[in-house]
Amino acid sequence: MPKEIDRHGLRRMVEAGAQLVEVLPAEEYLEEHLPGAISLPLRRLDMEATSVLDKTRPVIVYCWDVA
Amino acid sequence: MSPRAAWRLESLGFGEVYDYTVGKLDWMAAGLPTEGTNAGLPRAGDLARKDTPTCSLDEQLGAVRDRVHALGWDAVVVVNVERIVFGLLRAKELAFDCDRPIAQAMRPGPSTFRPYVLAKEMAHSMVEHKLESSPITTSDGRLVGLLLQKDVVAAAESRQ
Repeated sequence: MPKEIDRHGLRRMVEAGAQLVEVLPAEEYLEEHLPGAISLPLRRLDMEATSVLDKTRPVIVYCWDVA
Repeated sequence: MSPRAAWRLESLGFGEVYDYTVGKLDWMAAGLPTEGTNAGLPRAGDLARKDTPTCSLDEQLGAVRDRVHALGWDAVVVVNVERIVFGLLRAKELAFDCDRPIAQAMRPGPSTFRPYVLAKEMAHSMVEHKLESSPITTSDGRLVGLLLQKDVVAAAESRQ
């Protein structure tokens, strides 16, 4: 089950090597994203996740907000 | 959107998946750095005047007006001791009878904006709604400063 994380935990985990993934459309990523994040829009997740991400490392996903 | 992505990644075999549910909005509201084409653009929080005068609900209008005008301002933000914004007095309200309590003279619950809003978006909104000034607050309602339309329009135009 995925766990929720706050921004303090996010920073700690990214420093420790976690992969940070923005799942919003690519245009929104290009405009603004969190430092070090990669773009993997939700609609491309099925096709690209296993080739883009490392299954042996933690993954943190985010979008705009809870909505 | 991110909960669906997190669950899907888990179903694809990713063993340790986290969801930063409050997302980019929370990050930007905290004033943390970002990357991308908008990252270096001026924002409401950068342009807001941090030296804006403030007053409390229990003051008298005449005393507040004298203080504000002496500082060269024609607007004052009404806050409590935690700097939570309760109201705003612009030139029109400051001209009311000097014995009127601030609580009765102010515009209660003024529209506020977050510090991360881009200057070009703020300029558009303030011109469209004819706002001379707008309080900029954190997400929990604390005053960051007062953004003046002339400042934000100048900043937006200088970027074009």
